[in-house]
Order: sequence, then C-alpha cells, then structure tokens
Amino acid sequence: MTTTHDESPAPLVAVRDLRVAFKGTDVVRGVSLSVAPGECVAVVGESGSGKSVTARTLLGLAGPGAQVRASAFTIGGRDALAFGEREWRSLRGRFAGLVLQDALVSLDPLRTVGAEIGEVLATHDVVPRKWRRSRVLELLESAGVPEPEARAGQYPHELSGGLRQRVLIASALAAEPELIIADEPTTALDVTVQAQILRLLAARKAAGTALLLISHDLAVVGSIADRILVMREGRVVEQGPALDVLGAPAHPYTRALLAAVPSAASRGTRLTDGTPLTAGIPLTDGTPLTDGTPLTAGTPSTEGAGLPPHPAAPGQVVLAGSGLVRSFGSRRVVQDVSFTLRRGETLGIVGESGSGKTTVARLVMALLDPDHGEVALHGEPWSGLPERLRRPRRPTIQLISQNPLDSFDPRHTVARLIAEPLRLPRAERRARVLELLARVGLPPETAGRHPRELSGGQRQRVAIARAIGPAPTCWSATSPSPPWTSPCRRRCWTCWRSCGPSTAPRCCSSPTTLVSSTTSPTGCSS
Amino acid sequence: MTGRLAALARLGVVRRLGTGLAVLWAAATASYVALLIAPGDTVDILVGDGADTPEIRAAIIKEWGLDRPEIVQYLAYLWRLLHGDLGRSYQLQRGVGEVLATQIAPTVQLTLAAAATGVTLAVVIALATAGRGRAARGVASAAELVAVSVPPFLIGIVLLAVFSFTLGWFPVSGAQGPSALVLPALALGLPIAGVLGQVLRGGLERALEQPFAVTARARGLTERALVARHALRHALIPAVTLAGWFTGTLLGGAVITEALFGRPGLGRVAMEAVTGRDMPVVMAVVLLSALVYVTLSTLLDLAYRAIDPRIRG
Repeated sequence: MTTTHDESPAPLVAVRDLRVAFKGTDVVRGVSLSVAPGECVAVVGESGSGKSVTARTLLGLAGPGAQVRASAFTIGGRDALAFGEREWRSLRGRFAGLVLQDALVSLDPLRTVGAEIGEVLATHDVVPRKWRRSRVLELLESAGVPEPEARAGQYPHELSGGLRQRVLIASALAAEPELIIADEPTTALDVTVQAQILRLLAARKAAGTALLLISHDLAVVGSIADRILVMREGRVVEQGPALDVLGAPAHPYTRALLAAVPSAASRGTRLTDGTPLTAGIPLTDGTPLTDGTPLTAGTPSTEGAGLPPHPAAPGQVVLAGSGLVRSFGSRRVVQDVSFTLRRGETLGIVGESGSGKTTVARLVMALLDPDHGEVALHGEPWSGLPERLRRPRRPTIQLISQNPLDSFDPRHTVARLIAEPLRLPRAERRARVLELLARVGLPPETAGRHPRELSGGQRQRVAIARAIGPAPTCWSATSPSPPWTSPCRRRCWTCWRSCGPSTAPRCCSSPTTLVSSTTSPTGCSS
Repeated sequence: MTGRLAALARLGVVRRLGTGLAVLWAAATASYVALLIAPGDTVDILVGDGADTPEIRAAIIKEWGLDRPEIVQYLAYLWRLLHGDLGRSYQLQRGVGEVLATQIAPTVQLTLAAAATGVTLAVVIALATAGRGRAARGVASAAELVAVSVPPFLIGIVLLAVFSFTLGWFPVSGAQGPSALVLPALALGLPIAGVLGQVLRGGLERALEQPFAVTARARGLTERALVARHALRHALIPAVTLAGWFTGTLLGGAVITEALFGRPGLGRVAMEAVTGRDMPVVMAVVLLSALVYVTLSTLLDLAYRAIDPRIRG
C-alpha cells in the first residue's frame, strides 16, 4: 500500500503468533504468516487443523465468540489489532476478497448471481451506478462464465457447480482487491472442474493478485503456490517454498499428507489396507494423535489397472440390482443399471455429479423405489416391498452419507447417534458405543459431544461407527471421502475396511460394501 | 419475464384456482349440512314470535320452498350461490348479501389494522433484537411469549382498563374515527406480533449463520445491509407460512374483539346469527371466511414463489 522502505515489498497481510480461541479452547495456536503482493501462499492441513479459522481471522471474520490474539497483525500496512468493525468493513471485498468452498451455499440462494456481484460494486462504490450492470457482465466474462447476459439473471441453484464457483470468484474479484483468500475453492467440485477453477485462480495470480489458498489437498496447492505452510492442530508444522515442501518434506506429517495425495499414478490402484497413516506422528508437544490407534494390519497392494479380485474369496451374492430405472418428473436419472455384489466385495460406482450415482444408492437403500427393475438383498426381494416387511431387515444394510452433518440430528449427542440403530438394552448401549468409537479411532469423550463440535473427518468416522453398529452385511456409502483431507480420507477408508471382518461375525464372515458416488475414482477400487 | 409469468400461470395459478373452488364448494356444502342437522325446525325459527297458525306455517313452507326434497333444496342453494345470491336472513328479513355488505367495512378495517400492527411490531422487534445481546433478546422473547399466551379478550380488557378508563386516551366503544381502531387493532394484533416476531428472529439468526452471510460480510457489507438484503428474505419464508395461519385467527378474533369493544362488524353479525339460529347468515359468514382463506393462501403461495426462486417451476 505505502511506498516500500525495505528491501522487500511490504506484505499485504502479516500476522505473528496468531491465536484464536472459541469458548476457551484454542483452535489456532500461534500461527505466523505473511502474503506479499502478487504471491500465492498456501495453507495446507487436514480438517480441524485451524486453517479455515486462520483465513477468516485475516478478514476479521473469525465469528461470534472468537477470541483473537496476536503479537503483531498488519493488513495493508495498517495495524489490524486496533481495527474496529468499520475499518474491517472498508477492507473486506475492497482490499481482500474471500472465496468459500461451496458456492451453492456461499452465494445467497434467493438472489440472482448478477445481484451478488453487483453488491460488491455498490458497497464499495467501485463504478457509477449506471455502469454497474455492464461491469458485472465483464466480471462474469473474465471469470470464464459463458453467456454472461443470461447467467447474470439466474440463481445459484440454476448453475452447475463449476459455474457457481466462477461466479463466487467473480464476486470476490469485483472490487479488484490486491488479495484473494480462497478457502477450499475447489473441494466441492469434480476433478475436471477443479482444474478449470485452478487455472482461473492462476490467471488472476499472473495478473498480479496475491492469493492465500486454503486447502487440504497438496495436489491442488502444488500447481499454483509459491510458498506452502502446513498446519496441524492449530500450529504450523512446516513451511517453505512450494518446491521444497513438496519435494523434500521435512516433517513426517507433511510426508503423510503427500503420501495421501492421489497422484496420477496412484489413481486406479487399491488403497492400502490398515496402514495407520498419521498414526504415531508426534505433535509438536509430543502427545500422540488420539485417533492413531493402529487398525488391523493388511497387505498393501499397489497393482495398477486390471485389478484382481478381492483377496477374500467371493461368496454368495449379497446385493443385486437388475435393470434399475428411475425418473424424477420427466428426467430419467437412472437408466437400466444392473450390478451384483458378493460377500466381501467392494463395488465402486463412479461418475460426475448428476450422473445418478446417489439415486442408485437410494434405490439400494430402498429409500426410493425404482420405476422398473428390482433390487434383491440376500437373494430376497428388497425393492418394492411394503416398508413393514423391510424394516426387520434394515440393520443388514447401512448407509454412510455424503455429508454426515446433514445426516445427523444436530441436537443428538454422538453417543445417541451411534446408539440409535443398535436396538440394545440401555445397560449395554453405552459400552457398545464406546467400543464402536474406539474402533473408528475416536476417543471416548467424543460420545458426549454434538456433531457440530466435530471436524469433518471426525463426523465421518461417527457416521461409520453408526453404520457398522448394527453389524450389517452390506454398506452403501455415497461420496464418503471427497470433502475431507487426504490423511483423514485414508484413515476412514482404512478403518472402514478393517472394521468389517470383526464386526460381522454375527451375520457373515465379511461384509460387503457398495461404494457409490465417488467423484474421484481413487476412493473405491477393489 | 413474461415467459416466467406464463409458466407460473400454467403450473401454479390454474391449479390453485381449482383447489380454491373446491374448498369453497366444500365450505358451502358443510354449512348446508350444518343447517340440516342443526336442532330446531326451520319453520319455528321463521315463525319466531309472530302469530303461529297452520296457514302461516303453510305459507312459510311454500315461500321458502321447504317442501322440496333436500337434494333439490341443496342444488337450488348452490345454484343461487353461483349467481351471487346468498339467500335471505331469517331474522332480519333482508338479503344476506345486503346485511354483510353493510357490516363488512368495519371488520375489514379492524383486521387490516390488526395485521399491519402485528407485522410491523414483529419486524421491528425481530430486526432490533436478532443476533443481539442476551438481555435484548430475553426481554423481547418474554414480551412475545406473553403476547402469544394471553388470550386477545384479556389483552383487550387490560388495554381498555389502562388506556380508556384510566387514561381516557381512546374511546371505550364504537367505531367512530381512527382513534377507536387503535385498541381493538392492538388487542387483535399483539398475539400475531408475538408469534411472528419469534419466527422472524429465529429465521434471521439462522440466515446470519449461513455461509452466504459470511461471503456477504466478506464483501464489506454492514450488518444492517446484510440483514436487509439477505437475511430478511430468508426469514420471510417461514413467516409467510405463518401469515396464512393468522388470517384465520384474525377472523375468529374479530368476533370477540368486536363484541368487547362494542364495534359493529361481521363478527357481531355472525354472533347474533349463531345465537338466533339465523342459518343463512351463518352460512354466508362461513363461505366468506373460506373465500378470504382461499384468496389469501393463493396470494401467499405466489408470494412464496416471488421470495424463493428455488420453488419456481
């Protein structure tokens, strides 16, 4: 902002020893970072590492009840520690724009996308009122939105995920800020769209806009970042130029993150069974990670394409779908889908968003009846029955849903959520819940907490604990991994696989898993 | 835009009109059945305190067509309704339409004033207290709770005692001038303000926690602009649903409020008709409130679509 006095240009934003606490619990524990003009700094870490809170705090948006402390905090050359709400507002949008993860919820669903972008122009008086509309169209066009005239009048739900994200970026760029803070800007997107959005961000960076990129995915960050900070449990465990961090990671946690990146080579290969990924990596203060309990050992296999059958000998058919057809209104979403799934097998159903994977999962769960075709469970009819007949058999097939937060009653505790499908006497319930928590690698005190207080990865593990509770013979999981950080994803996959054989003896030797709706094929490949 | 309106007409409005007509027909039929099964003989009611001779009875039966089979009477009733003829009042010996027409204006004034009072108070209180400190919210929700739980007639009596008898600011009864409207409108509007205020505040607070609110704040919006441009619209969705419900309570409440404040109006007409078993008038009032309901819920449905683009088409 001001003329530079030192050898290097003054950073746009610099913070030293940032600490953010909610209700007395530190979420960010002494983070120092700075972003220079035109630079791209990436903050990487798994869910719950405090990276999002750090990003929002840089805009004074840590949230209600947050206690923010720092030994130094400058933004645009001014002392942010002395900022009141008015000073923050004048910076937001104007000096720094924010791009959040899922544009479907990050754009107001009740307003047209044109109005959302125009709002930035109006708030900061960027252009005179009469030029506003044409400026909105320019912004949409420069963000790669085709037919901006038509799009500006549409609502977020009428656009595809990729277009929405472009709109969100266009709105963050509207006042031509010097800094863009992007919090997981590509996480909710399909792989191909991810690449497009990254190209768009890279183009902005090339045009001189500084970028603070928050991501769990080192692969995303690697292509664009100049410097990388790796965060874990509220602390920066490693930082340096991107090439160094990616090429020669010093901290074991960074190595674990890197190992979890689905590289081009690892796509289509089987996930390692039972390797506790970040287990045993000490935290800076020496306490081991609570969820580092080694799960069952397994043989890592890294065969490429042409996957061999699952080691466990294929058993009888557990689940079979034949000629499934389902329409919503006039739109045929599922068209003639057939599959069989034998005991011990994992079947992956992969496709872009909108390809009908989730609908297949709902058909399998008999939450939806097919228009044609049928689903059979254990060789007996499953679809098209009255629910009264299906209910006794429901425990044998369990669902792990895409977004666990939405699938949990927010008012229930974790213990109640897990106990719900168990049908156990009260006395035995508690012990069983703790046993299940331990199996998915969560500490016993999680039982008393509410889903909102958990990180995304922890929630997913609760979802798994709930699904394996009734000892099902078949699971259906819809996109169980994309939204989380890679180590976490691996850990969940691993515990999921390993939980199977030991939970199942009541029903059969090895449960069957149907994985549907993974947008990336890395998730499900056995 | 015209395309969207055309689509609206195709998808929503036509169907709404159909169901609206069905509801009206059901209301007409229900009130007709009520008339049939109501205790007492129609002829007795018509004779009233007048001379009671077999000749007069025969004349009455002939005049009102009571000797026809019930189904014929019912169809004739529907046929007259279709032509806008609500029949004649047993007691007043005047056309029911005429009776209602003379009494409808004070009731419309009262309900509109009450609705406006309730909505305005609710919006003001919700905007002033959403997301604010615990004290402000506590006071507001306590006041709302009282307004909801105390029956309107009690609110009315308290208002009368304080502002008419003690302070003498407003007339005790009658419908002369706007000042006579203040207390009845408050008595009827306060419970609405209570419920609506709570729903609006809850909606606002939920909306202010959403990711799009974070995005809007990150654009530099003031909290006030965020509420006005984003959150209020989200909070309106449940509030609109509620509006459909409280129009019903307004009509019911008008009966009590009009009696309490000695106001003329439909509520009074309805009450007198019920006590005097003046069934044509009762039936007409039932039909009228059904009509108001149908019209309002159609309008609210359209309001829904205007507020929330996701449910259009």
